[in-house]
Amino acid sequence: MTFAPLGDHAVVVTLGAGVDDVVLTRVRSLVAVLESGRANGIVDVVAAYATVTVFYDPAVFNRGDGKTPYEHVCQVIGERAAKGDKGWPGLVQAERAGGDKAGVVEIPVCYGGEYGPDVEVVARHCGLKEAEVAALHAGASYAVHAVGFSPGFPYLGGLPEKLQTPRRATPRTSVPAGSVGIGGMQTGVYPLASPGGWQLIGCTPLVLFDATRSPAALLRVGDRVRFKAITPKEFLSWK
Amino acid sequence: MEMKIHRGGMQTTVQDLGRTGHRGAGVPLCGAMDPVALRVANLLVGNAENAAALEFALVGPELEFSQDTVVALGGVEWEGLPSWQPVAVRAGERVKIGTAKRGCRGYLAVAGGITVDPVMGSRSTYLRGSFGGFQGRALHDGDVLPLPAVTRQLGDHWRIDARVLPAYSPHPVVRVLRGAQTEEFGAALFETEFKVSPQSDRMGLRLAGSTLVRSNKADLISSAVAPGTVQVPPDGKPIVLMADAQTIGGYPQGAHVISVDLPLMAQLRPGDAVRFAEVSLTEAQKLALAHEHTLALLREGLAHKLR
Repeated sequence: MTFAPLGDHAVVVTLGAGVDDVVLTRVRSLVAVLESGRANGIVDVVAAYATVTVFYDPAVFNRGDGKTPYEHVCQVIGERAAKGDKGWPGLVQAERAGGDKAGVVEIPVCYGGEYGPDVEVVARHCGLKEAEVAALHAGASYAVHAVGFSPGFPYLGGLPEKLQTPRRATPRTSVPAGSVGIGGMQTGVYPLASPGGWQLIGCTPLVLFDATRSPAALLRVGDRVRFKAITPKEFLSWK
Repeated sequence: MEMKIHRGGMQTTVQDLGRTGHRGAGVPLCGAMDPVALRVANLLVGNAENAAALEFALVGPELEFSQDTVVALGGVEWEGLPSWQPVAVRAGERVKIGTAKRGCRGYLAVAGGITVDPVMGSRSTYLRGSFGGFQGRALHDGDVLPLPAVTRQLGDHWRIDARVLPAYSPHPVVRVLRGAQTEEFGAALFETEFKVSPQSDRMGLRLAGSTLVRSNKADLISSAVAPGTVQVPPDGKPIVLMADAQTIGGYPQGAHVISVDLPLMAQLRPGDAVRFAEVSLTEAQKLALAHEHTLALLREGLAHKLR
């Protein structure tokens, strides 16, 4: 675990060198530990790939003992992380014992046609038929490595190599909310309409972000995701 | 009690001190780009520092209140209203804030605060997400906003000590902390006078000047960023992230503006110049703590002036 300041109100904790399942488990455990007892003075926690960034109030961590607030907050995080391995065996063990089933979110997707205008581009680039693109995409198991291009936007790891396709040369100025896309090695879903450069292969009727709902974002870092193909009729009549 | 907007002004939005605790869901802080100006304006009308007010850029709104009230303008220098003092306003009287003579962003605080419904714990407007503030958007002519009915009495003629305020300037030296990739940009980051480009908004200030060259070309894995983070994309033109910036970024991080100097950035208009100077984290945190102390003293002092 290494620490580095991010400006004067945050600290970046790095938990590994790569982005594998082991690191993801550690990231998720640390987030759970920090959020469950949100210590007085810890304002926000942001996980992304191998890092957890903790935003804090320096005034609360100013103990007047010659150490900076930064040094104090690093100490608190280190102490809580140590408790995390022992104090949260439930979380860590559940992950180890076949996390594929625990906390999996299934996202229904209508692939292709007007719902996925770029599926032909992806098929051609990958040397596949359009139906194979959908089957491969829905057949894989994904993990949420980061949330945050926009509210609720998940960066998913686990895209089959056969489906990797470069981003569009020119981004669209507006991508419909719910669009499922591929960008390089990554796949994800646009929760809100926004500009976007990913190749759109389908669309989900699920609402991934709703500011009036609690929790507002459907997906969190560490969640596992599977996509399930649905028909246009099912899409239109979704709850 | 109501506030009627006759002329919206430029980029006028309802803001408080921001939406904290949701960065993990990809929701930016939002809130006032110059938090000090908002806090002081609120204190001047007897509000809590976090009360919602109007923020606008370069051109202020024209408005009218349905009852007598007290307002205060936070900002460097504007036509139409003096800065940094409470002003009594009569019911039906037109308050016309014109253009900014100096600085960029102004804050109009009203006694009682603007009481739009909070979303995710804050009254700040998130323009890109179209939620929060007043209907998730900038104000238009004809909008009507809710205010609580409160009475405030002004004390004797007085003014605040200028030492409370940041050293606003059209060509400041802004203090920064090192970022993860500072070393890769060399001395140019600290020796260049950058100019603020017109492509600047609540998400960030884009800087022009010499383009910065990175010594290492490796791609970076996205990680958290914050208001004040100075990103340097491949085109070499730095972007200083501000209140509405995305929560995660993959561009190199050249530096981080220290929190006490963020108001200096918020008051820069297109064409203004800025240089960066490195300070230590210890120094930055000492300055932040000292500034909170100063604002606390202001708060106590003002509590006696207003009833």
